[in-house]
Amino acid sequence: MPLEVYLNVAIGGVLTGLVYGLMALGLSVIFGVVRVVNFAHGEMMTVAMFLAVVLCSALHVDPLVLLVPIAAVLFVFGYVLQRGLINPFITRPEHSQFLLLVALAIIITNTLLIIFGPDARTVQTAYGFDSFQFGRIIVDAAKVYAGIAAIIFAAALFVFFRFTLIGKAIRAGADNHTGALVVGLDVKRLYALTFGLGAACVGAAGTMMTLLVDATPMLGPSYTLLAFVIVITGGLGSMPGALVGGVLIGLTEALAGLLFTPSAKSMFAFAILVLVLLFRPQGILGKRLA
Amino acid sequence: MMARLTAGVTRRSAILLAMLLAALLAAPWLVNDYLLTVLIIILYFAYTGQAWNIMMGFAGQLSLGHALYLGLGGYVAATLFTRFGVGPWLGFVAAIPVATAAGGIIGFLAFRFRVAGIYFAILTIAFAEFARVGFDHWDYVNASSGLFVPVKQYAHNNPWLLRGDPAMFYYVILGATAFLFVLCHFLVRSRAGYFWLAIREDEVAARSAGIDTFRYKMIAVMVSAAMTSFAGVFYAFFYNNLFPEQVFGIFRSVEIILGPIIGGIGTLFGPILGAFVLKGLAEALNSIMTAFGVDLPGATQVFYGVCLLIVVVALPDGVWPPLARLLGIGTSKP
Repeated sequence: MPLEVYLNVAIGGVLTGLVYGLMALGLSVIFGVVRVVNFAHGEMMTVAMFLAVVLCSALHVDPLVLLVPIAAVLFVFGYVLQRGLINPFITRPEHSQFLLLVALAIIITNTLLIIFGPDARTVQTAYGFDSFQFGRIIVDAAKVYAGIAAIIFAAALFVFFRFTLIGKAIRAGADNHTGALVVGLDVKRLYALTFGLGAACVGAAGTMMTLLVDATPMLGPSYTLLAFVIVITGGLGSMPGALVGGVLIGLTEALAGLLFTPSAKSMFAFAILVLVLLFRPQGILGKRLA
Repeated sequence: MMARLTAGVTRRSAILLAMLLAALLAAPWLVNDYLLTVLIIILYFAYTGQAWNIMMGFAGQLSLGHALYLGLGGYVAATLFTRFGVGPWLGFVAAIPVATAAGGIIGFLAFRFRVAGIYFAILTIAFAEFARVGFDHWDYVNASSGLFVPVKQYAHNNPWLLRGDPAMFYYVILGATAFLFVLCHFLVRSRAGYFWLAIREDEVAARSAGIDTFRYKMIAVMVSAAMTSFAGVFYAFFYNNLFPEQVFGIFRSVEIILGPIIGGIGTLFGPILGAFVLKGLAEALNSIMTAFGVDLPGATQVFYGVCLLIVVVALPDGVWPPLARLLGIGTSKP
């Protein structure tokens, strides 16, 4: 195969990987602050995808227009979820939290299945078949838009955590829970905000993902696993790590799909996960957990 | 032997257990074939839940990839049967080392490299998913088009080949469940059992007390894997078909852990009770939906999710401990 084919596929993989990265960023932020492993992450992603599909066809708008509204909806969902259901669990054992979210994941997937059925749904865009050409390299327009949107969204989140007062308060709560309580921070509210922000990442990523793949309810578990693979690879709790992990996994999947068969691509992602867990358990950019 | 069998069993619980066993033994004469099939599925869940419980309930290692051992058991036995005419019991004998080796590899990697807690759970899922995709592309076992165990009419039940009517399958799985129950009763009172509980409660303390935690965690994973593989053999010959998507899928692993969690993690009776509660309620829901002419494919799963949610929120120790107190037999939680 000529080199351009590899380059085309690799660039496509990197752009898809940025969207993966944004999804995983949500998981990483939630874990880094609330210390709860969101096992319903991919399921929340499918909720966002179906919101995008339904709203696009009902309102006849482009998914990119819906990016912020859907992120906002998921933010509220995440906020309420943390406040109402998950908060009493933050002092419970790990497996107990895990099972709570597994229960939630089962409910979400199958509720979507009841409402929408098992068929794949897709959105129609004006640029669905457009592409950009740089010399002999051709890239899908949809992937470019999705990748750029993912970068903008992730950058906004970085700025929020780095420079705003609430962002600093959240990081303080993550660094030292007791200390944050002592100085009078409302940690419960900060946790709920963080979960909401993590969910908003998923909302944005899910909306963009509809540009790249068809939505089915059964995607939930596989996205949850993918998000875990990415954050563990990049470093659980590290924000840049999530994006780097996302790009790495996106690239791996794309090249594996080209060199072997697309349906076997997730094997390579899992192989990377196993290697990372064994040889660098803190992830590529993560710090060793105490 | 008898003394150890009855160790820690009160008179009252022995009577209740005997009554349950008698009822279960008599069931094929009392219920129709449909209900018998439901009972088979309940006992299958009780069996797999009990096997999973060895790892999580006793040794405290959360596995979310038990579908791996189930699938390996099923595929080994079904392949031997369809390709070489080897019967399922010999197939099970062949499946044990395969499943044990798989458990051993995962355990070795995880425990050697200190992969624990949530990371361990993810690692178990990763291996199960790896197997799912791998089997989906492995032509020798018919890849994604699935492996079928030929269905022939036999004049008589043939327990040796696991071919026959529901009553035969019922007694096979009842026997297996009873066997595993007794085995777990012994295990939890054995040297290894006490070490497992020590590891579950505080691994660092267990290690400081001189327990070879690596070794005993390995034993827990391998025993659990070997026992689960029989459920796979049973699955293959009961349903007569195996699809990688179906047997290795993540929902299969989740399904295995629901019973023991709802019944009570770490109790001997929890997995059995959990299977009855979960499947019983699901059947009730199904018949209500049928009565009202509603057909919703995901409804049972939503119901499982809600049950799990309620139990995790309201009864973190499961249904069995409060029920045991109610029956006046104390909790059997070791």
